[in-house]
Amino acid sequence: MTAADALLLGLGTVAVGAGLLVVTTRHLVRAGLYLVLCLGAVAGLYLVLAAELVAWVQVLIYVGAVVVLLLFAVMLTRAPIGASKDLDRPGWPALLVGGGAGLGLAALLVDAYRWSFVPLPAPGGAERIGEQIFTSWVLPFEVLSVLLLAALVGAIVASRPGGGR
Amino acid sequence: MIPYVTAALLFGIGGYGVLRRRNAVLLLMSVELMLNAVNLVLVTADATVRATLPYSGQVFALFVIVIAAAEIGVGLAIVLRLYRLRATVAVDEVPLEPATADPVDRGAGAAPGTAGAAAERPRAGEVPA
Repeated sequence: MTAADALLLGLGTVAVGAGLLVVTTRHLVRAGLYLVLCLGAVAGLYLVLAAELVAWVQVLIYVGAVVVLLLFAVMLTRAPIGASKDLDRPGWPALLVGGGAGLGLAALLVDAYRWSFVPLPAPGGAERIGEQIFTSWVLPFEVLSVLLLAALVGAIVASRPGGGR
Repeated sequence: MIPYVTAALLFGIGGYGVLRRRNAVLLLMSVELMLNAVNLVLVTADATVRATLPYSGQVFALFVIVIAAAEIGVGLAIVLRLYRLRATVAVDEVPLEPATADPVDRGAGAAPGTAGAAAERPRAGEVPA
């Protein structure tokens, strides 16, 4: 049990606990704030796993942009301030499918990897990742830029009042 | 191994949330949880498995983050559009007739199943939290 193991265990516990609170809390805004905690813990996991650039992009895009967007949507749909009673559907099928998928995948991965020790690779900073993106993955990168443009136009058209009919 | 188990549990939680929640915004949050689990698996595999191309797992994780950002943008635009047209964001009961009056005042009439929620919603003048 090294320091990295302890960090991974602690951050993983925080992430899973905050994720559970996201799907069980009765306050819409608190769900968004727990999501911040969960995504931040996952960013910490990335840092421990020597993926620097991915960790900072996670903080920038998820914690910075996506959660703010979600909170704006919560406000724009006029969510109640206190606890809401009608947020959930009957839970047994969901519990079955979600718990089955989570525990089944966990068992599968534990069986596949056991308790293996691997030396962590060199930290993936912006320089190395950028080199990889612009040599081996140029085509997907460009396709992604087209996808982003299409999503931008689609979002504008879908949310324009009176448009999109 | 610990990150793999974390990712699997996060994926299960996300799936549970997608099936359990009624509010479309909460549904999108659960989808984000599932996407994060996939990203965590990609980054962990990049650290543990020796691949021919170095850092390909991290590059894929970046791509998935970009796709998630695009997805959340379009998804929220559709959700807001639905709220403007039907005055509800519950995914399992969408009223068929389009909304005509102010969404707050008409919530009780247009969506009988969510009458309790409509009564609890703040009035248009108040600042939603």
